[in-house]
Amino acid sequence: MLLLLLGIIVLHVAVLVLLFVSTIVSQWFMSNGHMMDLWQNCSMPGGNTRVCVLSSTNEWLQSVQATMILSIIFSVLSLFLFFYQLFTITKGGRFYLTGIFQILAGLCVMSAASIYTVRHTEWHIYNSDNSYGFAYILAWVAFPLALLSGFIYVILRKRD
Amino acid sequence: MAPGAPSSSPSSILAALLFSSLVLSLAQAIVVYTDREVHGAVGSRVTLHCSFWSSEWVSDDISFTWRYQPEGGRDAISIFHFAKGQPYIDEVGTFKERIQWVGDPRWKDGSIVIHNLDYSDNGTFTCDVKNPPDIVGKTSKVTLYVFEKVPTRYGVVLGAVVGGVLGAVLLLLLLFYLVRYCWLRRQAALRRRLSAMEKGKLHKSGKDSKRGRQTPVLYAMLDHSRSTKAASEKKSKGLGESRKDKK
Repeated sequence: MLLLLLGIIVLHVAVLVLLFVSTIVSQWFMSNGHMMDLWQNCSMPGGNTRVCVLSSTNEWLQSVQATMILSIIFSVLSLFLFFYQLFTITKGGRFYLTGIFQILAGLCVMSAASIYTVRHTEWHIYNSDNSYGFAYILAWVAFPLALLSGFIYVILRKRD
Repeated sequence: MAPGAPSSSPSSILAALLFSSLVLSLAQAIVVYTDREVHGAVGSRVTLHCSFWSSEWVSDDISFTWRYQPEGGRDAISIFHFAKGQPYIDEVGTFKERIQWVGDPRWKDGSIVIHNLDYSDNGTFTCDVKNPPDIVGKTSKVTLYVFEKVPTRYGVVLGAVVGGVLGAVLLLLLLFYLVRYCWLRRQAALRRRLSAMEKGKLHKSGKDSKRGRQTPVLYAMLDHSRSTKAASEKKSKGLGESRKDKK
């Protein structure tokens, strides 16, 4: 039982770390020396110095930012709710509220990543030698993990 | 004490002088406020706001001057002047017949509107206010950017989406708990009435024949439903427990 509890918490924290990293780290998109993320466009013209400018004010980019922030908020809320419900709900009860918030976080991450996939050409100059960065991939990894932990919360019954 | 006094007095005088000059300069200077940046779409119009703070009353000799410096240009040209209660508008330059005075000196407002924007209007506009005798002070600058389509400001959509979704979730939660609360209260009221009826039956069974005849039927029905519910609950609980035991 304790092991299961620990596993769930570790999974949740892992999802949170993934969400934070993918929101903050400046590697959603790379093209020869340029690194772009949700907040700024950085380049290394000299090699060592990093020059960053604010990203564009495109509506779709802003909605990607918004959904990423929302997913972090929901996931953090869900973690707190889990600890709250752990001590308050009756034996045999399910963690519905916790699970719902975690699933919402997963859906938010999914919509952020998919909006980015579809619309990123609106604020990037399209080159041939560009690729998605690891923060983008982390966002996609966070989506199934968040959904999984959300469903575990819904299925889980409190025992002790 | 005697040697100390002269050495301290000059510094105090200096401090007083500095203080008074600071206060005086603050009190006397006129402060002009404009936006930092305005954005406009081609063909639309834009309002350049200008207001000021002055220690003096607004005098009749108040004057507003707008100067324009094109992007990359060196010289600023006057395009608008307001003095003696009358606006004087550029009638030969680039802003010919495109400037409209919308300010009101009584409200310390020196705003103008520029109609029919064009890309060539990109540049810096300077607002200068003189409110005699209060004439010392800085001017204020606003930069105009003309776009084909005005871009959304940074964080507007972001704030709207985050706020909207959080608000919707909060509203749903509140609604859910409200409905549950009402339902629980109704259940509790029903149970209370049931128990009251149970008691009433004992008391009134002999007295009120009409009610006495009606209540047993209702009571029997409710009691039946309750007992089956309890039974089903017991069953499900038992199932759950057995499932748990299996695990």
